[in-house]
Amino acid sequence: MRDQTWLPAFSLWQREMVRFVRQRSRVTGSLLTPVLFWLLFGAGYGGSFRPAGSPESSSFEYFLPGTVVLIVLFTAIFANISIIEDRREGFLQGVLVAPVSRLAIVMGKVLGGATLAILQALLFLGVAVATRSAFSGGGPGLAGALEAAAALILLSMGITALGFVFAWRVDSVQAFHGVMNLLLMPMWALSGALFPAAGAATPIRILMAINPTTYGLAMLRHGLGRDATGGPTPALAAAVTVGFAVLAVTAAVLVASKRRKTA
Amino acid sequence: MNAVLETRGLGHDYGSRKALDDVSLTLAAGEIVALLGPNGGGKSTLFRILSTVMDASRGEATIAGHDVRRAPADVRQALGVTFQAPSLDRKLTVRENLIHQGHLYGLRGPDLAKRVQVMLEAFGLTDRAGDYVETLSGGLARRADVAKSVLHRPRLLLLDEPSTGLDPAARRDLLRLLQRTRDESGTTCFLATHLFEEAEVCDRVAILDRGRLVALGSPTALVREVGGEVVKLTSDDPEALAAAIRERFAMEALVADGEVRMEREDGATLLTPLLAAFPERILSATVARPGLADVFFRRAGRAFEEGSDA
Repeated sequence: MRDQTWLPAFSLWQREMVRFVRQRSRVTGSLLTPVLFWLLFGAGYGGSFRPAGSPESSSFEYFLPGTVVLIVLFTAIFANISIIEDRREGFLQGVLVAPVSRLAIVMGKVLGGATLAILQALLFLGVAVATRSAFSGGGPGLAGALEAAAALILLSMGITALGFVFAWRVDSVQAFHGVMNLLLMPMWALSGALFPAAGAATPIRILMAINPTTYGLAMLRHGLGRDATGGPTPALAAAVTVGFAVLAVTAAVLVASKRRKTA
Repeated sequence: MNAVLETRGLGHDYGSRKALDDVSLTLAAGEIVALLGPNGGGKSTLFRILSTVMDASRGEATIAGHDVRRAPADVRQALGVTFQAPSLDRKLTVRENLIHQGHLYGLRGPDLAKRVQVMLEAFGLTDRAGDYVETLSGGLARRADVAKSVLHRPRLLLLDEPSTGLDPAARRDLLRLLQRTRDESGTTCFLATHLFEEAEVCDRVAILDRGRLVALGSPTALVREVGGEVVKLTSDDPEALAAAIRERFAMEALVADGEVRMEREDGATLLTPLLAAFPERILSATVARPGLADVFFRRAGRAFEEGSDA
């Protein structure tokens, strides 16, 4: 039996990379927009913002992990919009009639999203360090860096797969905007990216506690040595982040495996 | 067993609408068969079922001996599909598209590279191999699309209205490529079309109307069945003219698609008395050898164009 998963998944992943490089607008959308947000929030809040229970000395530092998560989120959104475009332009139908497992289609997309997210996050962190906007008191050790990288990859896989579940079933980019604005953006805003859970009102704290992004961001903060008090413990953050990625990928495979009964 | 495609009692409903009804047909290795029918006749439904993206409501279909419902992975390996809209990635080059396609079918390395090269040459795409698909003309993109569909040497190639948007020269070019692919690899081609001239040059024609298979045979055999000649008259009032002809000449005269239509052995000799009898009411008269349009009319009981209700 021929390999129906990893060679096709590799090929689909490779295609994601090539397309990203050939579509300059995606670099602008998924990297520059979060960086702009970071500069606006960081400079805008300036000294007037003292995050409750956070060790960060400046708002630039507080918003840094959240900006990385925003890069992850935007990359996932673009990756999913391309599913809708592939369906409309006809490319996807060729993949669907090929002897390719549905896991391959999901993994090509999800690993593509994760790779792009981590490369852009590294670029962003590199710029932040070079401009002395972050880690002025020293960077994370090797273990911390690995934990942060794992958080990024898992969170990115989870969010891309979650977007996939919706993008697979809609036939227009407009319809996906609803998913983006009502689900994905709030997931980011209520993850501790903008404000810590410690000082928030109870309903918001509950929403933050059931939001998987909260745990991904907490894991990332822990890896970067920037824990916020009132957040989940490092072990819980890691466990939930792994669980979210596994569940979301499974859901995406199930959605993609369902054969249609109508056109 | 030589059958590459076999369907038995295949049917499909969209809600209460029967899109496909009791379709049974067999395609042998190396045949080029047209699936002819008006838009909305069930061609796309049949193709969706055969290409494993949709389950049929009733009946069975096997491709290269594999059941489309129970063994979709084996069916997909034996099947190539060319869709109405090319399924190429426009941001990739022609060669990149072919290599990607090879990976999807489990091909890799030097074997794949060689096969891609052979395919590029066979389809006359060597010069454009490094160009982005978005820079190709419609005809060239279609060629690249077909090359992609047959790269893994499928037993059966399904083509859903592949000549959409192509000019007549590119259309002929496409058919020649299919014939060559058939000659070299024995690939069976099943080609959905609503163009008679495209169906006429195929080995056999399957005619699908309102979901039912109304004819299956070689174009010449089907046309022979109609026989004689077809006389068509245009008139301001075709119904009245048909009635007058039936009364005066005691012969069958029907109205189809706004024209009075008669199938006669002696079509040409009939013209003079007809024109003499109704000089004011006949605007134009034609006599022609029957074609697939007449086969459709006879088998489906209506003119082809009326079916365009997709």
